[in-house]
Amino acid sequence: MEALTAIVIGVLTAASVYLMLARNFMRFLFGLVLLSNAVNLTIFASGRMTKGAPALVPYGEDAPLGVVGNALPQALVLTAIVIGFGLLAFTLALAFEGYRRMNSVDTDEMRFAEPKEDTTK
Amino acid sequence: MAEHSDPNAPWKTVSGIGTSAVTALLFVFFLQYLPIVAAGEPVRWVVPWIPSLDINFTFWIDGLSLMFALLITGIGAMVMLYAAKYLAGHPQYDRFALYLFSFMLSMLGLVLADNLIALFVFWELTTFTSYLLIGFSHTDPKSRRNALQALLLTAAGGLALLAGFILIGITQGTFEMSELNAAGSLVGKEFYTLILFLVLAGAFTKSAQVPFHFWLPNAMAAPTPVSAYLHSATMVKAGVYLLARMHPSLSGSDLWVWILSIFGAVTAVFASFMALRQTDLKQTLAYTTLMALGTLVMFLAGSTGYAITAAMTFLLVHSLYKAGLFLTIGIIDHATGTRDANVLGGLKSAMPITAAAAALAGIAMAGIPPFLGFIAKEVAYAGALEMHLWLFVVPMALIAFALMFAVAGIVAYKPFFGPQGALPHEPHEGPWPMLLGPVTLGALGLLFGLLPGISAYYLIEPAVAAVMGAPDVGGRVKLWAGFNLPLLLSLVTFGLGYLIYLKHQGLRERLARIEAKSPDLDASWDVFLDKFMGFTKLQTKLIQTGVLRQYMFATFAVFALTVFVTLMARDVGGLTLGLGGLGFMEWGVALLIIAGTVLVLLTSSRIVALVGLGVVGIGVALIFIMYSAPDVAITQLLVELLVVVLLALAFLKMPNLDPTGVQKHNFANAVLAIAVGGLTTTVLLLVVDQPFDRRLTEFFEAASWTQAFGRNIVNVILVDFRTLDTFGEIAVVLVAALGAFALLKGAAKARAVKEDKK
Repeated sequence: MEALTAIVIGVLTAASVYLMLARNFMRFLFGLVLLSNAVNLTIFASGRMTKGAPALVPYGEDAPLGVVGNALPQALVLTAIVIGFGLLAFTLALAFEGYRRMNSVDTDEMRFAEPKEDTTK
Repeated sequence: MAEHSDPNAPWKTVSGIGTSAVTALLFVFFLQYLPIVAAGEPVRWVVPWIPSLDINFTFWIDGLSLMFALLITGIGAMVMLYAAKYLAGHPQYDRFALYLFSFMLSMLGLVLADNLIALFVFWELTTFTSYLLIGFSHTDPKSRRNALQALLLTAAGGLALLAGFILIGITQGTFEMSELNAAGSLVGKEFYTLILFLVLAGAFTKSAQVPFHFWLPNAMAAPTPVSAYLHSATMVKAGVYLLARMHPSLSGSDLWVWILSIFGAVTAVFASFMALRQTDLKQTLAYTTLMALGTLVMFLAGSTGYAITAAMTFLLVHSLYKAGLFLTIGIIDHATGTRDANVLGGLKSAMPITAAAAALAGIAMAGIPPFLGFIAKEVAYAGALEMHLWLFVVPMALIAFALMFAVAGIVAYKPFFGPQGALPHEPHEGPWPMLLGPVTLGALGLLFGLLPGISAYYLIEPAVAAVMGAPDVGGRVKLWAGFNLPLLLSLVTFGLGYLIYLKHQGLRERLARIEAKSPDLDASWDVFLDKFMGFTKLQTKLIQTGVLRQYMFATFAVFALTVFVTLMARDVGGLTLGLGGLGFMEWGVALLIIAGTVLVLLTSSRIVALVGLGVVGIGVALIFIMYSAPDVAITQLLVELLVVVLLALAFLKMPNLDPTGVQKHNFANAVLAIAVGGLTTTVLLLVVDQPFDRRLTEFFEAASWTQAFGRNIVNVILVDFRTLDTFGEIAVVLVAALGAFALLKGAAKARAVKEDKK
């Protein structure tokens, strides 16, 4: 399944790169969401995937019986999902406020920090 | 802004007298090392700085560094006292005192540092502090420009020097100069040629060798005490010091002999002609400084006892008479209001003490016995005759010394004993704080000459031994060395010099005509700077477009390129695609995610895009469920729901994705996107192809119940083993929420207040 997941991750990454290169800032946000998913899957898949064996210690035992899913990448992905959400929420607020102030979602027009040089000079 | 003092202004200020007193104390402190070092025992202190990189503040006092330290503190104390009176009442005098004192300390650090990296730090500190000093009259654009020129040139040389030092450290395994010199010559070792060129670039820019000489006369924009200090024993001698310091490691090769001989000799002769050509006495002295630097470099080309003794003796003599003469010119300028050689004359009756001090310095400069200057010249001719390129060096030295004789007459004789000129002010004698320096320095030049044995034992021979890296036989510094070739050359020098002095006004006009026709390096510098600025502007325009897409494109392109090149260089071999044995569920989920992705990519509708994102999120959650990660799947579903809700809320108030209703696609972007995606897949396939190290996971599996008493291993990791991580995660979410709140509510409030005001 790692190989198939790798292909899915490739598709997700390609799509997010394409979206992040778009002029529309909302598309950039879509790219960000897809990229978060791609990164989480990458962490998950590189820790190897085990089918149908959650990382639990049965009652009365000191350790899991037999091979169970790799717990460490799962913990990392859990953290990453939440942080990715925080990032998206903040970026969304930024985009929204940016649109309200500059009345545009076109990144070519949204040049508050690096304004266009005055060509009349 | 007036450079000169108000004669009635108080000058005994803390910043004036205090700095001078502290410097004098330092001078006394270093004096105590004279007998120790003369007995052949260098002193060394080590203060670790960055021990892991073998970088220490090591201070090393041997003959060479002690001679420099004494000159720096001795002349420094006198110059600071002089400046206190010279600039008394100047509104920014305290600032000046701070710069001068910092410069003195940096220079002291430079000559005492044994560690090359520490030496480099002090080297750059002298560059910065001298920049502040040269540009002290900051309201004058010319002064600022000249200061910047000196800074850029010497700092560029400094960078080359740093590269050279690092190469030395790599080749020899140490940065300590004392260890390097003890380890023997670098000639023939790896990188020798490169090291030599880099070190010479640093030394030649700092010590203003042709063709990097033009900043030095421009640096005369500084107040006169600064010129006296920077151009006698300090700043410009740093390059010479470095060549002397590294002499045991770097000298001896043909390259060393040829480069130093030719650049030194050309600088010396060129500068002495230019000195003759000037009418401003301060400019004349500036060029004689260049001449001295050239001469010193020329003699450091040699490795024989006489050549090195010549360099060290001349260094001492020059520091004394040059500081004295600069200070004298300052007094003349102060008293008469002019520095024009054509105007000045007949000052001896009004300024007898100044005249005496100038005469002492002038005789030393002209090299007339029994002054140390005479001995220096004798030893210099003896050294020149021993050098490889003597056929070239001896005539060049003869020309330079003869011109020096003539210039000494112009600077030290004519203004006092020459015919009276029309002066702007009635001349008057200088005050004692300004006379102390020139008189002491002039007297020392005579005293050292009368007592050659003592000056050789305590000052010159220890320095020579340090430069040669071996105990010196000594006995070369003598007032009377017998009838020999050097004496004959000295006599020729006097005759030729006197002749030039008599004819100097005619020669000056001829030189001015030649100068007018020759290329002007100083003007080329401005052109170079302008061109360079134009280039940087163009570069900024190309790189910093202000368009987000271009930044993103560059970032992804660099990422793709570096990953691709690494993969190619590593020659990773074939890829294995293990797609066998996958069931309906796996293919179904994968296709679901891909379908969702394609939907987001191709739609112009905000709602459809949201649906696509939701599909992708649920697909990813399904993978987590199938592959033993129920906790992750729950979180993913929850977060995915929140993301869709938030995006939907925001997008309701924002415009359509495509204003025209038709999505425009970009071919280049698509190619880059596919490249990045393909490379990601490739790298991941290579990763999962490697054998897996489960040790960490096994630890958590074993410790989860036995140590942390939890049966859900993922949860135990999150709240127990990696608690800090989770705490950080909560903090991130909190900060993001606060930020978003401030952005949305705060901005709305501010708008409301603004509207109310209207």
